[in-house]
Amino acid sequence: MRANRLSPFNIICLTLGAAFLYLPIVILVIYSFNASRLVTVWGGWSLRWYQDLFNDSAMLAAAWMSLRVGVASATLATLLGTLAAVALARGEGFRGRGAFSGMLYAPLVMPEVITGLSLLLLFVAVNAERGFWTVTAAHTTLTMCFVAVAVQSRLSALDRGLEEAAMDLGCTPTRAFIAVTLTLIWPAIAAGWMLAFTLSLDDVVIASFATGPGSATLPIRIYSEVRLGVKPQINAVCTLIIALITVLIVTASLVSKLSRARGESAAPL
Amino acid sequence: MSGRPIFTRPARLAAIVPYVWMLLLFLVPFGFVLKISLSQSALSQPPYLPTFAIAMDDAAWRAALGLLSVDSFRLLLTDNLYVLSYLRSLVVALVSTALLLAIGYPIAYGMARLPLRWQPVAMMLVIVPFWTSFLIRIYAWITILQHDGLLNQVLLALRIVAEPVVWLSTDSAMYLGMIYSYLPFMILPLYATLSKMDPALLEAANDLGASPRRAFWSITLPLSLPGVAAGWLLCFIPITGEFVIPDLLAGSESSMIGQTLWLEFFTNKDWPVASAIAIVLLLVLLTPLAIYNRLQRRQLEAR
Repeated sequence: MRANRLSPFNIICLTLGAAFLYLPIVILVIYSFNASRLVTVWGGWSLRWYQDLFNDSAMLAAAWMSLRVGVASATLATLLGTLAAVALARGEGFRGRGAFSGMLYAPLVMPEVITGLSLLLLFVAVNAERGFWTVTAAHTTLTMCFVAVAVQSRLSALDRGLEEAAMDLGCTPTRAFIAVTLTLIWPAIAAGWMLAFTLSLDDVVIASFATGPGSATLPIRIYSEVRLGVKPQINAVCTLIIALITVLIVTASLVSKLSRARGESAAPL
Repeated sequence: MSGRPIFTRPARLAAIVPYVWMLLLFLVPFGFVLKISLSQSALSQPPYLPTFAIAMDDAAWRAALGLLSVDSFRLLLTDNLYVLSYLRSLVVALVSTALLLAIGYPIAYGMARLPLRWQPVAMMLVIVPFWTSFLIRIYAWITILQHDGLLNQVLLALRIVAEPVVWLSTDSAMYLGMIYSYLPFMILPLYATLSKMDPALLEAANDLGASPRRAFWSITLPLSLPGVAAGWLLCFIPITGEFVIPDLLAGSESSMIGQTLWLEFFTNKDWPVASAIAIVLLLVLLTPLAIYNRLQRRQLEAR
């Protein structure tokens, strides 16, 4: 579409859209530094809700659980999702490919209550003790699909001539894949890991089904607090999560920019 | 598709582990949902009968099979509560997707017309909220919409209203939450099709005397329909089964089917009815899911 022909209507839509998406988050962050006990009355700047947070052992336990689940499931999901992406992008038409891609795409839109319930019934049927490992397995199942889609779209966009050139120069297919393909797509893989991690850190519904008594994740904890009402501590914990995710996103985009710059300079070789 | 056959063998081997994983943790569990939807609620652990074990003899198997029934499904059809829940879910999903389309389309259209170097920035701005927790974003709205929240404070200060308006626990709040949470899912596929459109088409329309408005309705809009379909499905399917947004933002008079399932499972501990609700919801969503899968696969092959 032709660029630089923005009408005032376009500009208004874009501005309102950005404000709508970001204002609530900004307000939430500002009010986490509110000195007043009432979330809605401004009482000056303060860090007291953050101090409260570090004395809330239930919240800390939930945060620790979520971090462990997030790292474990994101790592597993990245491994499995990347394998799946390679199979889809480079495997041509193998038997069961349609079913495979269907199973990878369906969880992206499947209502979480269905996924959560079905996973729980599986865990009960095989008598698995519910807690860290069941939540990790559940999150891996969901997030590996997101990783597979992200990595696969990067793989499909990659020039296959590069892999073939490596093989012409004597690389085995596996070696060509590691030396050329993986080197080029690893920013997408890293982004996939971070997406999987943030999705795991975000999920209430599937975790509620998959977890057992005594091992609540951070979102489950936040959710049960929010149901009881608005509290400044919740603003504080939400702000910390936003900060963590922002750091991850900034790192991801810097990493991919760096690798792209290096890729461009290496390209003429 | 080019490529050496030599490369496809290891790539196919790569499918094995994720394939088995998805079979065991995505497909097989639906078998358990189906089986338990045919079971009966019981005061036992787990709370349903019959239970099967591989070690059972023939007679025990037959006795256990005899206990299976379609009672839960019959209940879903006869008790208005469930039928109304399904209907409400579909209505909410239809209204939400219509609103999302009306709001998302102009934004995606504006993004596609931005100068090229600004487009990745705009795209990033749309994606980032999707990365920040969805629960946090709903919570942010609760603080704004509550009785003495920021919205009422602003409205009172501007003398637009004389008394605080009840925003929370209403359908309007729920729709706002739906739009806020799903907007990126609507914008991105729309932007993807709109940005790929050939500008020469609009120039040709202009040369032939079409007004910009006419060109939009007879060229841009029809050509963007695949993006509309993708965005619509991407929002419609999960919204139909949504739980957190209606639970936190809507009133308690009527519930969506995701809330009913949650209630049956966690509060009433009626696993067979919860499973039956899931099976019927899956059947309702089967057509949109199949269309969505076909769209995705076509996109996959087109690359």
